[in-house]
Amino acid sequence: MQPEDKSIKWVREPQLGLTGRMYLTPLIDGLATTAKHFLSTVKGDGFTRQFPEERPEFGNPLIYRGVHRLNKDDQGRVKCVACFLCATACPAHCIDIVGTEAPWNDREKYPQSFVIDELRCIYCGMCEEACPVDAIELTSLFDLTGASREEMIFDKEKLLSVYDMTVVAEPSRKEREARERAPAMGKGH
Amino acid sequence: MATITVDGKDIEIGDNERLNVIQAADRAGVSIPFYCWHPGLSVVASCRMCLVETGTKNKETGEISMMPKLVPACQTPAKDGTVVVTDSPKVKANQNFVQEGILLDHPVDCPICDQAGECWLQDYYFDYGHKERRADIHPFTSKRRDLGTHVSLFADRCVMCSRCVRFTREVSGEGELMVIDRGSHAEIDVFPGFPLENKLSGNVNDICPVGALCSTDFLYQQRVWFLEAQDSICTRCSTGCATQMHVNQDHLYRIQPRYNPNANDWWMCDIGRYENQFVNAPERLDGPRLKNSTGFEAMEWSEAMREAHGRVADVALQHGGRHLAFVLSPFLTCEEAYLAARYATGILPDVTLVVGKVPVVGQDEKFKGGFTIRAEKCPNRRGVEEIARGLGKNVLDWNGLLAAIGAGEIRGAWVTGGYPEAWIDDAEAATFERLESLVVQDILPSPLARRAQVVLPGVTAFEKDGCYVNQGGVIQTTSWGLRPRGGAHVDGQIFADLLKRTGLYQSAEVLRELAGAVPFFARCAEGVPPAGLNLVTGQEKRPFSTELGTVSHPTPTFRSEASRMLEVESPTL
Repeated sequence: MQPEDKSIKWVREPQLGLTGRMYLTPLIDGLATTAKHFLSTVKGDGFTRQFPEERPEFGNPLIYRGVHRLNKDDQGRVKCVACFLCATACPAHCIDIVGTEAPWNDREKYPQSFVIDELRCIYCGMCEEACPVDAIELTSLFDLTGASREEMIFDKEKLLSVYDMTVVAEPSRKEREARERAPAMGKGH
Repeated sequence: MATITVDGKDIEIGDNERLNVIQAADRAGVSIPFYCWHPGLSVVASCRMCLVETGTKNKETGEISMMPKLVPACQTPAKDGTVVVTDSPKVKANQNFVQEGILLDHPVDCPICDQAGECWLQDYYFDYGHKERRADIHPFTSKRRDLGTHVSLFADRCVMCSRCVRFTREVSGEGELMVIDRGSHAEIDVFPGFPLENKLSGNVNDICPVGALCSTDFLYQQRVWFLEAQDSICTRCSTGCATQMHVNQDHLYRIQPRYNPNANDWWMCDIGRYENQFVNAPERLDGPRLKNSTGFEAMEWSEAMREAHGRVADVALQHGGRHLAFVLSPFLTCEEAYLAARYATGILPDVTLVVGKVPVVGQDEKFKGGFTIRAEKCPNRRGVEEIARGLGKNVLDWNGLLAAIGAGEIRGAWVTGGYPEAWIDDAEAATFERLESLVVQDILPSPLARRAQVVLPGVTAFEKDGCYVNQGGVIQTTSWGLRPRGGAHVDGQIFADLLKRTGLYQSAEVLRELAGAVPFFARCAEGVPPAGLNLVTGQEKRPFSTELGTVSHPTPTFRSEASRMLEVESPTL
């Protein structure tokens, strides 16, 4: 950068006048800005939220990638078949499954243990995409907190309880598809 | 030389090679898909997957006359003038039909099937399959059931290739398996009350191209794509089966046989396959121990080795080398035995070298197909004997050692073990109480280790590199797949340290040295080829290139098993 460059415009800092030098007017200016924001917040500016009392709204909570849940089938059993495809797809290696023979007659394999380290997870949603039976889904629960690392390691029971918590607001993909299909089938009959 | 034309490409095969069209085509780089054919079993040509067009070429006129119908490649011998076409629309349409037919009756439960990832049906679906399912049926009629202790049957997944049935009739010879019912109801089964309980039963899981037969022990333990394969040698008897150990995160999940025509062909027994719990046994020796007045105290490796060396060297220098016995266990690799012998004879050249106890259980068991489980339950008696004889001035066997101790001729001993099972009883171990000093290097606690002044923990065969010489004189290499457990050290490293060699113990270098030092091993100077070397006859039973295939499955890259089965390894002999 050359000082004589024509494209550079040199500006001098303006000298403060008497009022300026007394600091009073800038102080009032600043207070006015604060008061303006205060008033607009009280009126409701559309940006500031009173979290956690006021919950954010999602465009579509069904595609939000928050805490995982393990879906249940129509008999209330865990839907997961312990195929390890989510664990295989997981780039963060946060899913740990122990598969064993299912105690039911219509199923061969089920997860004896299914653990997700929610701290290690990067919420990419690959597990949901990999699942061949729509057993694992990401919910719109985003404000996950815990007092310890151990608390953030979710086991099968906890993941199933997330399902119970969210199933009404966020039905599983299979149910949604069934609902969408229902009127069309009605027409056919 | 016979000339065979595969898809327009001429290849030559030797006059004495008895190849079928699948094998001949593989020489030309063309793979023909198949399910029921297995190089180690008889040909039934029942799966119809390998149908190809064949014909003959008239040598004089060059005219080719083709057969009107497709023929099974597995059943068609490749002779001079045979013409094979594998890529015609007719052949492709057949492959497509066969795949669709099998999949009609298949549950496609790949996500929960243990075979997924190493399944021929999956592989062939991508290569030859009919991409859409035209019939919307989901056959799921039966759950898993046991055919024997080690074998689970998932009847729905079966493609009726009958490999397992032929295996039990032709190789194991017990014939427990059969096909029951007819047509689409056909199923593999056993007679009620006669389960599949022979000592080779685990092999049917390997040769099953789909997930119909799965290993009960491995069932749902791990998805195969997580496993890493490492070539290894079974140490449970002197047959020395070539194996692969499948490991993930330092845990041994399963062992499968690896094709070696000079040792075990495609098979291995259930003892070597399933009885490997000793690797992770909680009682494994986990660090060097020194005996004091109250018991054993833990100590550092460097200190323990100095202590051990001091004790045996004292005996040798005080009484003469002849009175110190260095016991070379038949579970040591050749390299380790060599280093041990070098170390022992380095103390004094006339130190007595002893070939360790050779466990013999019952009689050799020979099966119908020729596979033999040996009574001699150790991998390397032959190699250790040759090394002891080659390097030692005084050589004894185990009974000779016991007698010599009894006679007071031996005053101190260094005993190497590595036996996967209890190998010495209290009475025998009591003989060693007469010794002035006793160093024991082993993997599991034993009555002998209890009597030792210094105990050094060694490693199992899964944790070390090296070579073993089997009962037939075939030397094969094994490589480590697990890290040494606890505070154990690789035996070769222990001896290398005792010899004051710097750096890490490299078995390949030691083998080269051994080849120069002991004439029996002279042929190993250039290393050992994958199929092993016969050190006694100098000749292989069968050249490796004419016999194809392996039944052991995955490699770290998980190529299609079929393509691996047809892999031709060129002999480096």
